[in-house]
Amino acid sequence: MRGKSGLICAILALALMAGASVQAAEPIKVGAILSVTGPASFLGAPEAKTLEMLVEEQNKKGGFLGRKIELIVKDSGASAEKAFSFAKQLIEEEKVFAILGPSTSGESMKIKSVAEEGKTLLLSCAAAEVIVNPVAMYVFKTPQSDKDAVIKIFQQMKKMKISRIGVLSSNTGFGNAGKAQIEKLAPAYGILILANEVYDKAASDLTAEVTKIKAANVEAILNWSIEPAQAIAIKNARQIGLKVPIFQSHGFGNIKYVEAAGPAAEGVIFPAGRLLIVDVLPKSHPQKAVLNKYKKDYESRFKEEVSTFGGHAYDAFMILAKAIENTNSTDKELIRSAIEQLQGFVGTGGIFYFSPSDHNGLNIDAFEMLTVRKGKFVPLAK
Amino acid sequence: MNSDLFFQYVVAGITYGTIYAVVAIGFNIIYNATGIINFAQGEFVMLGGMIAVTLSRFLPLPVAILGAVAVTTIIGAVIDILFIRWLRGPSVLRMIIITIGVSILVREVALHVWGESVRALPYFTGTSVTSIKMGNVYISPQVLWVVGVSAIAVVALSAFFHYTMLGRQMRACAANRDAARLCGISAKNMVTLSFMLSAGIGAIGGAVVCPITYVQYDSGTPLAIKGFTVAILGGLGNSAAAVGAGMILGILESFSIWVLPAAYKEVISISLLLLILFIRPSGIFGSAEAARLKEF
Repeated sequence: MRGKSGLICAILALALMAGASVQAAEPIKVGAILSVTGPASFLGAPEAKTLEMLVEEQNKKGGFLGRKIELIVKDSGASAEKAFSFAKQLIEEEKVFAILGPSTSGESMKIKSVAEEGKTLLLSCAAAEVIVNPVAMYVFKTPQSDKDAVIKIFQQMKKMKISRIGVLSSNTGFGNAGKAQIEKLAPAYGILILANEVYDKAASDLTAEVTKIKAANVEAILNWSIEPAQAIAIKNARQIGLKVPIFQSHGFGNIKYVEAAGPAAEGVIFPAGRLLIVDVLPKSHPQKAVLNKYKKDYESRFKEEVSTFGGHAYDAFMILAKAIENTNSTDKELIRSAIEQLQGFVGTGGIFYFSPSDHNGLNIDAFEMLTVRKGKFVPLAK
Repeated sequence: MNSDLFFQYVVAGITYGTIYAVVAIGFNIIYNATGIINFAQGEFVMLGGMIAVTLSRFLPLPVAILGAVAVTTIIGAVIDILFIRWLRGPSVLRMIIITIGVSILVREVALHVWGESVRALPYFTGTSVTSIKMGNVYISPQVLWVVGVSAIAVVALSAFFHYTMLGRQMRACAANRDAARLCGISAKNMVTLSFMLSAGIGAIGGAVVCPITYVQYDSGTPLAIKGFTVAILGGLGNSAAAVGAGMILGILESFSIWVLPAAYKEVISISLLLLILFIRPSGIFGSAEAARLKEF
């Protein structure tokens, strides 16, 4: 018996020594909560792939300040409850340095306070304005705001002399937040909402909804969703002979939807970051180089077309990398204030100017109005 | 409301209704042979669409669809052989739980094979913007395809179950498994056959509705819920009733949008389902007496 306990002591001592020697090159843990599967998988899947690619690349260059990066991806399946427990786990058990994601607005709102209490950096990949307004010390986000998207669309409508519109939105965090912004901002731009319909995110056909909008005699349709239903809506509208212009949110920035909707997608107008039109962007544009590199790296590695959503994860990771590089430290507090001081950082979503009161750093200029011509995204003629 | 608008809502309702009915028919086949609800039915629909989309890259459309139906039918058989067939006198509840497990499994496999992106088959006739104009009412040709295919499926199934030996054997198994076995019918083979048949029908449905609804690894589940509702509404086991019930539900949903905000569409179908379960558990077209004799 004594021999046995002696042996255990020796093993323990060995383990301790091993632990101590590992400490020197201990990797730096970065967590990511993304909807890799589930209804928002078209956001989370490219985001996860992007991070995997970036971490590998950074590790080849020696990681962060000579420490390897260990990326821990948690698949939330777009469930806010799962995101919540993963956030707790990442902060309390894994003691991660920062969390990238979540992919959706609903999840981001759910874990905003968890990150704040745990004093852990959260770089959200979701769009809703409420994530960073009011500002939380540790919470940042990289996508452009839904508010700016709505303003951009309304400006375009004014240009086209459209004032009577029908609004469609899906019953998700993204759809609800967008609908609220549309209703709030419409009066300021002299826009009348004559029909305002919410549909289920899993809707398989929307003929009745667009019929109702047709009956309201509108001059344009504005649809706000990120699900396949947004491609179904435009198809059904054209099928029942509705010929008015159709506007979509920045959630339309995935070429798969254009492919799925076929000719019905032609002429759809929507605001988006410049990733989708990098090929036609003038060489002098400050974002050209960054966008080109990301597009080329992603497409050659994963053999699928790049989408703006993966770009949000790209920006989140690069902002973190830039802040670490600038401060030459891995102290959370220093990094946090370094991000707040980032000025003119060129990302895929736009050019970021952070401040203690602005944790998104993008303004309306991050958006470009795009349209679909011959199955491709092109800039809308001014 | 003018008459144009009225008929446009009717067309929308028919579109919804036939999509639901096509899924409901698959539920009914397995129910008829085994007395269970196969909760993986939506996955058969998804597989039909997905495989057809994949095959249509190298094959002409009709061949791709036939190929998809064949592959899905084989998958149906494999599922039965792997998960159901070897069970000794399984309880209804156990089989239902197994089908739920299978549905999750199929979804995960589909996610790994095809990824999360949305796909669609091209419209069989015309394009996504083509519509047939009757007065001021528009109808997509694809809707006519769905209606036609469901009609053929119902007629063919009914002929199969009533006039062929195999169909009669399947019905005998459903009515009384022990008696059927005493007559020399292999109950296990009939169950396998019913899984193949419903997988095949699901796949045909999946391929025909795919241009309208699109297909994604998890698009089977919401369709299955609607199909299940319609199967119950019509009376479990009766395919013609499923088509009728599908139309009723589809048109109700469509007109509900005219009066109520669109968000209440799902409320209508679920309330209707509850109402039927309380008042006529045998379904709108089902017989109460026959229902009393069923195990489930």
